[in-house]
Amino acid sequence: MKHPAKKLALLGLCTAIAMVLAWVEIQLPPLTTAVPGIKLGLPNIAIIFILYRFGWKEAAAVSFVRILAVSFIFNPATLPYSLAGGLLSLLGMALLKKTDLLSITGVSVAGGLLHNVGQILMAMLILSTAGLGYYLIILAVTGVVSGIFVGLCGSFAVKRVRFR
Amino acid sequence: MNQTNQTTKPTAHGGGRKFRNDLIFVAAILVIIAIGAAALFLLREEGSTVQVEVNGTIIGTYPLSVDREVEIITGDSGEELNLLVIKDGKASVTTATCPDGICAAHKPISREGESIVCLPHKVVITVIGGNGEEPDVIA
Ligand SMILES: [Zn+2]
Repeated sequence: MKHPAKKLALLGLCTAIAMVLAWVEIQLPPLTTAVPGIKLGLPNIAIIFILYRFGWKEAAAVSFVRILAVSFIFNPATLPYSLAGGLLSLLGMALLKKTDLLSITGVSVAGGLLHNVGQILMAMLILSTAGLGYYLIILAVTGVVSGIFVGLCGSFAVKRVRFR
Repeated sequence: MNQTNQTTKPTAHGGGRKFRNDLIFVAAILVIIAIGAAALFLLREEGSTVQVEVNGTIIGTYPLSVDREVEIITGDSGEELNLLVIKDGKASVTTATCPDGICAAHKPISREGESIVCLPHKVVITVIGGNGEEPDVIA
């Protein structure tokens, strides 16, 4: 990606796609209403695409902008949860990608898991209760499952999408 | 197919090793989650506690895991009695000098939030989580 303007345009497009995916996700019935911000993680398809096509810095930037924008448009109360989930998820995925041990889907599983773990940890912090252990278990499992789905989509995008 | 892309290493082909790693990775995560769930379940059971309040004041907390009998003496001259019995992880009142006897008739309690109340004696026996901590905000 030699042209900065082109790269910026592509990242902007990816951000828009991530936001649309977040919107789609908000239209789906929530997994649980007890803790705000718990979602499947569809925007992670776009984040994984950027992580593998550009790098972790670009992925972090898009993830951050996406989370800020979606939170302020739809529900500002979810911001701390989304930020914690997004940060932990991206950190884990970037480190795992560096080891080059797992496929994109494997890395995505870690992302899905850490996304939910990060949100629950933030909820424990905000509500100052350790009594969310059951949510942690349930959402760890759903995180792994959605991580597989998101990973397959992301991996498809990384392999097939061509820029001209 | 990825040779033209500088940032991506080949993943589409020769992915057998990575696919095997993925399976090991996911299996390891699921095992850790299962261990966590088991630990949570066991700790929760052990951590459950009975709290005894008299006239709004907590006079004692007792773990459900240890069988014991507690004489709850109330009244001005100590003439009123509720006998709290903790047995097999459940708490019940077996003997009470109160006129209605509702507390003694109550089924044994063991789950967080359950309680036995003796209104005449102003005794409230509640199952709480943890070791004498407040019940969970969420649960
Ligand atoms: Zn009674």
